[in-house]
This record gives sequence, C-alpha cells and structure tokens, in this order.
Amino acid sequence: MTIVFEKRKSTSVPALVLVPLISFIVSLVLTAILLLVFGADPLKTFGAMAKGAFGSIHGFSETLVKAIPLMLTGLGVAIAFRLKFWNIGAEGQLTLGGVAAAGVALFLEKAFPGRSLLFAAILGGVIAGALWAGIPALLKTALKVDETLVTLMMNYIAILYSEFLYYGPWRDPKGYGFPGSRIFSEAAWLPRIFGRAHAGIWAGLALAAILWVVFKRTRWGFELQIIGASQKAARYQGISVERNIILAVMLSGALCGLAGSFEVLGISHRLQQGLSIGYGYTAIIVAWMSQLNPLAVPFVAIALAGLATGGDQVQMVMGLPAAMGIVMQGLILFPMLAGSLFTEYRIRTVRAVSKTACVEHSKE
Amino acid sequence: MDVITSILTITIRAGTSLTIATIGEILTERSGILNLGVEGIMLMGALTAFATVFYSHSIALALLVAAAAGALLALLHAFLTTTMRANQVVSGLSITLFGTGFSSFLGQRLGPAANNFRLVGLRAERILPFSAEWAQQIPILSAFIRQDFITWIVYFLLPLAWFFLYKTRPGLWLRSVGEDPQTADAMSINVIRTRYMYTIIGGMLIALGGAHLSLSYTPGWSENITGGRGWIVIALVIFSMWNPARAVWGALLFGGINAVQFRLQASGTSIPANFLNMMPYIGTILVLVIMTWWEALSKKVGSPAALGTSYMREDK
Repeated sequence: MTIVFEKRKSTSVPALVLVPLISFIVSLVLTAILLLVFGADPLKTFGAMAKGAFGSIHGFSETLVKAIPLMLTGLGVAIAFRLKFWNIGAEGQLTLGGVAAAGVALFLEKAFPGRSLLFAAILGGVIAGALWAGIPALLKTALKVDETLVTLMMNYIAILYSEFLYYGPWRDPKGYGFPGSRIFSEAAWLPRIFGRAHAGIWAGLALAAILWVVFKRTRWGFELQIIGASQKAARYQGISVERNIILAVMLSGALCGLAGSFEVLGISHRLQQGLSIGYGYTAIIVAWMSQLNPLAVPFVAIALAGLATGGDQVQMVMGLPAAMGIVMQGLILFPMLAGSLFTEYRIRTVRAVSKTACVEHSKE
Repeated sequence: MDVITSILTITIRAGTSLTIATIGEILTERSGILNLGVEGIMLMGALTAFATVFYSHSIALALLVAAAAGALLALLHAFLTTTMRANQVVSGLSITLFGTGFSSFLGQRLGPAANNFRLVGLRAERILPFSAEWAQQIPILSAFIRQDFITWIVYFLLPLAWFFLYKTRPGLWLRSVGEDPQTADAMSINVIRTRYMYTIIGGMLIALGGAHLSLSYTPGWSENITGGRGWIVIALVIFSMWNPARAVWGALLFGGINAVQFRLQASGTSIPANFLNMMPYIGTILVLVIMTWWEALSKKVGSPAALGTSYMREDK
C-alpha cells in the first residue's frame, strides 16, 4: 500500500472547520505538557486564562481592547495575502497610523473645530498607513523588490520614528519626563462602550462584512481573486495587475493605519510607548487562521485576544510569564499549517501493484 | 590602537553572528526552502546557549545545545514545508513568532528564582577574544587576529562553504535540488531528504549565530537580544546572491554600520539616536533595491529557481 496525494478541485469544507478546531485542541495539549514541565497545573492555568479573558465585564472589555486592533490589522493582512503580497509590515503601518492621528489631534485642533477633529485624526491615520504600505507596493510592482523584507524593515523605521517623536519634539513639557505627548483635547477621543472597549469594534465588524461583500460580490474582488490565483491569467484577461496590487496593498495599509489611530484616539489619548506591541505580527496569524476570509477574522481576533488577555491574567494570578499567550498562539499555528495539507489534498491509499501481478495481467 | 583598526575590530565582532547565520540560510535556500524563521531560531539559539552556560559553565555544551535547538526548529520547518507542503512564508513566520515567544517565556522561567528578572541581566562564562598581545602593534591585521574562536571558525567556514557548493558533487546535488527538483529527482537525487538535511544544517548554523550574541558579542540574555538581526540575515542572503563567498561583504557592511553607529553615539553627535538606529534597516532596503535592480539589468537570476515551492512527484 502506498499513500497518494491528490490535489482537490476545491478546498474541503469539513476540513476547513475541523482543521482549526483540532489545531486548537493540539495546542492546548502541547501547552499543557509545557506547563507540566514547569510545574504548573494546566487545568488551573487554562481556567484562570478563560476566566481572565471572558469571565467578567472588565476581562471581556480588555479582550475587546486587544481584539479591535487584531481585527483591523488581520483584515488588512488578509487583503494583501489574498494577492500573495506578503505584507508583514502591519506593525509599522499601525504605528505610523497612530503617529499621524496623534499629529492631527495635537496640532490641527484649530483647523478642525469640535468633533470634526476626531474624524480628521482618523483620516490622517488611515492615509499615513496607506502611504507607508504604498512604498513597498510600488517597489514590488515597479522594480520587483521582495516585499517581505521591505515591509518588515519599514516596521523598525516607523517604530524608531515614533519613539523619536514622543521622546523628542512631541514630548509633553509638563509630563515630568514621562515619554509621551500631551493628552489630546477631548474632542478627539473615540467614544467608549464599556470598560476601555471603544467604538472601534463597530468599525471592525462593519469592515469585515464590507470586505466580504467586496471580495465575493464585486468586480474588483473578482479581479483580485484572479490576480491572487495567477498574475499571468489576470494579464490575459486585461486586468491591470500592477495598479490593482498597489491599490489593494494601500487598502491593507489603510486598515492597519486605522487600527493605529484607534489605539491612540480610543485607548491612550496620547502618543506614548506601548503603541507598537506586536498586534501587526499577530495579525498574520489572525489572517491565516481565518483562511483569509474576512467574515472569520472577527472571531479569530477575539479568540486570540482572549489568549493574550488570559496570558496577562495568568501572570498576575499564577506568576507565569505573560509570553505564554504568544507561545500558545505559535502552538496553534503549527498544527494549522500541517492541516492545510488536508484541506487542499485528498489522501488515498493505493494498493501497490506487484510485479508478478503485472506480468500475469499482461499475459492475459 | 588606531581608529580604523578599532572600527574594523568591532565590525568583525558584530558581523560574526550575521555571517554564520547567512551561510546557514544560504545552504537552506539553495535546497529550495525559504526559511523566514531565522529571527526566531537565532533567539532560541541565544537563549539556550546562555541558559546552558549559566548552569553547566561549559561553553562547548552551550554551543551544542544551541545547535540542537536550531536543528529542532528547522526540522519542524522542513516537516511542515516538505512533508506537509505548508506555505513556506507562513511556516517561517510562525517559527519566528514561536521562537520569539518561547525564548521570552523560558527567559522568565529559567534562572534563579531569587532573581526577579530570572535569566535577564545575569552574568556567566563568555567566549573571550584572543588577547594575542604580540599582534597589537600590527595595524588592520590585528583586528582580524584578536577575535574569539567562533570568528576564527567563520574565517574557515566561508571558503569551505563556497568550495562545497561549487566544487564538490554533493554541492552540485544541493544546487540542482534548488534549481530544478524534477530533474534532480530524475537523476535519482532524493529531493525530500536533501531539503530536510540542508534546512536542518542551516538551522544549526543560524542558532549558532544567535549563540554568538549571548556568549560573546553582548554576553547575557535579554529579550529580543537579536534586535532584528535575523531579518537582516535574510537580506544578506539576497545581497550575496546565494554565494557564501559574497556573504562576507554583506556581513561586514552591516557590521560596519553597527560599528560606525556605535562610534557616532559615543562621540556625542547631534543626530538623534533613533535616526542612527534606523541605519541598518534603511541600509537593508537600499541594498535590496539595488541588488534587484542590478539583477534585472544584468539579466542574471541569482535566486534558486525552485525557491519557495514545495515539491511532489504527483504534481506537474
């Protein structure tokens, strides 16, 4: 008997649901082993994590606080990945979005009276994210420069630039040396729903639905799908590959920029340290676990945000490192990656035809 | 010691970890496997090396454990991308994510409980550069001589890797697997085994690059000790056009940027430190743009043709 892989014509629907589920269980088991090795009780730890993330109004609001940026950057990354444009620069696009939103909120108060300041600041963040993502898109389409590295290197540049601003020229002179800008005027604050969870959640959910419609029901979405499948085929169809890639990647950056502006306008109300804490990297997992489907993104984002909030709780309650949340995120990914084989291939066992059988067969 | 020699000394010291890891990644990519897990593997190498030396006081054991950690992570990547045919980009990114998280987890979990920061900020045995006082008077050359033994190994590893790739039969097999796995398979070269083997060897070298950081360059463990060096390594592979002989120039260039930055900061320049710290990253982007442009102009393709694609016989 030999095992044969056959490429499926379409991805298997049961596998699409089963693979993430089994992956989650596998990651729980692996984490449990890890916890046992370090002398912690896995059941107690998981219980504390779940309770910390979803067990109280406060816990759930903190989970949402983390889920909002993950949702938006996850959607952004998913757009780019659909085109096989490996944008791992969500972190930098988010950071620069936050910087631009803070810039508008701090220095353009006079130009935008009242509540218009909030919208101007959001718009500023969106534009900054789009332009920052536009650079690697342009380099890729015009000069074929590898986007993985350019987007990644630009993260470091954006983060260092934001540090320069809040340690330097934007630093609050009355802040007792605290590294951060002054607090924005309240006109630029994003309204909150409960706890620290802010109105950005509605934007995240709405954008997930809108993007799903764009991908599935519009001509542009269809064009992007063809480009993602085969650039050659797209060219034969007369689709402008370069223009569409630049547009889609800028849209990707815009969503990440939006996430950044929500972070400063909704949470910290100033530009300060802690804007860039890795949402843009976790976004890659969010996008991948959602199988690049916008409708799945909010669910995955909330689940992963729950892991992170739970990790924080575990640190406080049980003295375990908060990095455990990240370790668990990684441990979900590996079985998911292995499982993608089952969504794309059908596995059959074939009885090996022995040589004598062949000979006999030919004699007949 | 004159200024040039001292800059060169720091340059070579900073370039050592980059060079070993670059050689490792070149071997991996030559087999057709793109490993974006370099940053995570280097971090795990740095952590395991320091943790081992802290408890066992043995540098040799530390290097061995680091190499084993690198081999394991690379094995995982090889398994996911060749046997399970997962997307190489996403698999590599996952390795980096996991390595970053797990090294930080272990750093907060290992180490004496009496120390609030556990492994962070502790001291242990380290690899010292040869003092070679006789060489102190020789300008330039002393920068090369007065280095630690890992740097010395790199001096030999560079020509060796080049010789292996271009002048030996297994090297030819390796290159053919990365260029055209179908043909290599037809010539009865085991494609899957070759890819596993060189991804694992590559992972070991990458982890040793990380170990050099925590044992010699910046002795001790701190979270994110690599500071993006793993990503610079991936750029260096492109910069060297997948040729180990050229890897040295890239590593020296980036080591040099580090050294110059260090000196500028020490001299109290008016340029804010943040902008100086951007230099390696801006440098990487510029190098990429120039190399890609040059590749297009000279119509020479440097990258292995089958890089990033999984291989299976049934697929056409």
